[in-house]
Amino acid sequence: MDTDLGLWAIPIAIIGGAIRVSTPFLFVSLGEVLTERSGRINLGLEGTLVFGAMSGYAVAYLTGSPWAGVLAAALAGSVLGLVHGLICSLPRVNDIAIGIAMMLLGMGLAFFFGKPYIQPVAPDLPSINFGWWSDLPQVQAALRVNVLFLIGIAAAIFMWWMFRATRIGLLIRVVGDSTDAARAMGLRPALIRTLATAAGGAFAGIGGAYLSLFYPGSWNEGISSGQGLMAVALVIFARWNPIACFWAALLFGGAGALGPALQSAGFSEGYYLFYAAPYVLTLGVLIATSSPTRAMHGAPGELSITK
Amino acid sequence: MSSPLFSRRVLLKAGAALAGTSALSAMPQIASASSPLTVGFIYVGPKDDFGYNQAHAEGAAAVKALEGVTVVEEENVAETVDVQKSMESMINFDGASLLFPTSFGYFDPHILEVAPKYADVRFQHAAGLWSADKHPMNVGSYFGYIGMGQYLNGITAGHASKTKKIGFVAAKPIPQVLLNINSFLLGARQVDPEITCQVIFTGEWSLAVKEAEATNALADAGCDVITCHVDGPKVVMETAAGRDCFICGYHANQSPLAPEKYLTGAEWNWAGVYTGMVETVMAGGTIDNFVRGGLADGFIKMSPLGPAVSDAARNQFEATKAEIIKGGFAAIKGPLNDNTGSVIAAAGEAFVETDIKLESMDYLVEGVIGSTS
Amino acid sequence: MADQPLTGGGTGVFAADGWQAALARRSEAVLIPLGALLAGFLVFSLFLLILGKSPAEFFALVYKAGFGTWFSWQNTLSRTAPLLFAALCVALPARLGLVVIGGEGAIVLGGVMAGGLAGAITGLPGPLAIPLLALTGGLAGAAWIGAVGALRHYRGVNETIASLLMAYIAIALMNHLVEGPLRDPASLNKPSTAPLADHLRIGDMPGMDVHWGLAVGIVCCLLSWVLIERTTWGFAARVAGGNVRAAQVQGLPVGRLIVGFTALGGAFAGLAGAFEVAAVHGSANGSLATGYGYTGILIAFLARHNPLALIPVAILLAGFEASSGLVQRRMGLPDATTLVLQGFVFIAILLSDTLYGRLRIFAPERWGRG
Repeated sequence: MDTDLGLWAIPIAIIGGAIRVSTPFLFVSLGEVLTERSGRINLGLEGTLVFGAMSGYAVAYLTGSPWAGVLAAALAGSVLGLVHGLICSLPRVNDIAIGIAMMLLGMGLAFFFGKPYIQPVAPDLPSINFGWWSDLPQVQAALRVNVLFLIGIAAAIFMWWMFRATRIGLLIRVVGDSTDAARAMGLRPALIRTLATAAGGAFAGIGGAYLSLFYPGSWNEGISSGQGLMAVALVIFARWNPIACFWAALLFGGAGALGPALQSAGFSEGYYLFYAAPYVLTLGVLIATSSPTRAMHGAPGELSITK
Repeated sequence: MSSPLFSRRVLLKAGAALAGTSALSAMPQIASASSPLTVGFIYVGPKDDFGYNQAHAEGAAAVKALEGVTVVEEENVAETVDVQKSMESMINFDGASLLFPTSFGYFDPHILEVAPKYADVRFQHAAGLWSADKHPMNVGSYFGYIGMGQYLNGITAGHASKTKKIGFVAAKPIPQVLLNINSFLLGARQVDPEITCQVIFTGEWSLAVKEAEATNALADAGCDVITCHVDGPKVVMETAAGRDCFICGYHANQSPLAPEKYLTGAEWNWAGVYTGMVETVMAGGTIDNFVRGGLADGFIKMSPLGPAVSDAARNQFEATKAEIIKGGFAAIKGPLNDNTGSVIAAAGEAFVETDIKLESMDYLVEGVIGSTS
Repeated sequence: MADQPLTGGGTGVFAADGWQAALARRSEAVLIPLGALLAGFLVFSLFLLILGKSPAEFFALVYKAGFGTWFSWQNTLSRTAPLLFAALCVALPARLGLVVIGGEGAIVLGGVMAGGLAGAITGLPGPLAIPLLALTGGLAGAAWIGAVGALRHYRGVNETIASLLMAYIAIALMNHLVEGPLRDPASLNKPSTAPLADHLRIGDMPGMDVHWGLAVGIVCCLLSWVLIERTTWGFAARVAGGNVRAAQVQGLPVGRLIVGFTALGGAFAGLAGAFEVAAVHGSANGSLATGYGYTGILIAFLARHNPLALIPVAILLAGFEASSGLVQRRMGLPDATTLVLQGFVFIAILLSDTLYGRLRIFAPERWGRG
């Protein structure tokens, strides 16, 4: 069988790349949506992601179970989120700056404790083959979908429903839109924001576990190339809508696969510029959809980054 | 016979006679009663990266075992003022008098900046092109003909490949990397001249997700044997094995990562080289400023062949290896064009492994799919 | 704990006026961050103790390798210059309430532009060519971060995100240039622009192994302080930073202020790149992207965006980094130790923001009111 697909290889690679690469973006951006909808911004999810990657890998290696690793990563992430949330509950503390500090601390702790786990091989998370119908190995590989990706989709839909139709979602939105209104309703904004930040951290931790336990599937200090930071950017791009986060993550992941795919199809000159495609694309869409006159649609009113 | 003790000329003369002996075993035993020596090693990344830095750190570990030697190490030192100050700090605070700053990018300008200030400290750099008229005498450069290792990798790859397409994940299009890519393909073409090699550049020495994506792209393009030249090959090896491709290692032995899929690997063998150099200094000698060595000199070695290597492959591998160890072997030989059609070597022309021109390679040979810019 | 003052239990020892009161008011801005710094050290010491390492040994080594000898000082100071510039790129826009985190992009672009130009102007004498290189680096950085400001004001694009995205784009562009159009074919294993001619190199300041970037960086900090504290532009920027609507109502040129301040910050970051090329690397290459821009964010926030405070904070952080190697070698701690220390100190100092105006000892008018 001839498996040379010519230029058709590019779209298949982009779809495959989108599925493989997007999961960490999806989880981190979902976590950030949860946090930002409550009126806080946590810029430190890059640190949470890296710490989640390390702790997930370490626990998976020590217990032999990748799912124990995912759980550990979620737990570690929620602890970092909790710390961020508690600190930002104090008056006059700048949540953006604390985010940067937490990013530093998360990465520092991950690298500090991660040294002994660079070498060992931890078990990978399982994946499901949705490409069984195709004879093409490329299609089969592209559609080998990790369970976390599916969980991420489910979480996005759930979160969308939660914000629209549940009491918890309503509470978070009220707190995020106006502290005063929330207080008038007898809510405790600081408490709700802290819990939302902790839950957001758990999501980011799981995103990190995906990196170290599935794709690329190993722990080292270069495991994240800014996925956590970019995911925070994607939230604004996605206008705080969990479903839109999913599409944004897919788009960003797919654009990231463009570089290698084009090279393998023979376009190799200026490959650095192809590699910048996801950033250029995101910036372009951001410019096209922003407006100087009206506030960003969907932005929580209490969010410091949009004030 | 290890080269650190002797000049290049002596080495070339003696090389053939003593071919095959490892540097360590052939080194004269020196009483280590002489003054204690502090040796500094500096790495650009983590020293257990299954790759470039690990290979050097294994050399450092061998030096550590020598009597009367103190080894100091630093990891993750950037190719900026960072490395300049790390070297000076080792000299000023630890009394280091022999330094191995191991990354490519440490040489110019950083080592060249610091070395003139410390005339009694020796700076040994992997891969730098030291030349007497341009560079200080207390700087030396050493390197191994690891392209030959990739050539041997290519032979096992050529036998293992069914699609006749092999893949190479590369960091940047620099001479060292280009030589490895070309050698890998030319080795494979010894098995079947129809084989092509797809290369994908990631642009960075260490970038896990992009390395994984590049590996997947190669697998998608139909490559069924994959090797790489990035600092830490772990991600490429694991991803390629996960895509059911065979793998050839680089820098260090990666067979524990996927023993069934691992054919062989081109490894640095710095332990012998470094202990030789350190013993030379302890005995009061000076290390030659320009040292190069290959399989024969124990500068590089091949990983043990994996279970997937066929008998035919094994035979050709061993025969070629013996041929290389004899000396004077040329992977790049005419008639040979590059992949844009320009002539690299006319019929009868050959660049033997020791040819210094190979260290400024700027082309990909015919059959490599990819471009150098 | 929110309502309990931590100190100053109302003893009424001092009168609410006189020199004690003046001193108390002024010392708040110094004593709170210093106390926070010590608290950060304390938490980090606990961290070390839990791991069975000696904090005393750690801080002795940091002192020795960062500040203990003349070599240590030179080590620290030669790391300070790029950090000062990078921090200015954060501190200046911050006066307008903007959070710019993409200074790294301006650094690498400034560097690569200066490196590219250097090859074309080797004919010029040094005193003419070197300022030209600095200007080019500065302009490249100014254009890049100024664009972030313009996007913010005229298109409403969030500056934090835009600057981050543009930093990634700038690094890709820089790599493309040094490995493609601007590559010196003779730069073999480290693709770079052509090496700068000797007379274009920026040397060290007399008597020390620290290049002129440090002096220029300190001057830039002083000038920035004057701009912010002593000019109408600086005043206008602070008004606009407090409330854009109000500033517009008062007829302040908010757009020009935003573009001006971001561009100026970018110019400083670009200058850092030019200095890296002309004083350290001797050509532009991939090593330009080493994270100075990100450390600059940390410094600016620690200094509360005060250009004068940037100087000691940058020196302190540079000292930490200078000592990282010795700590690795002597105590067997990983290189990430410095990162952990920075994290703890950073959080402690930011946490202390909550104390301003709440400690009675710094508020003479509340003295004696039990």
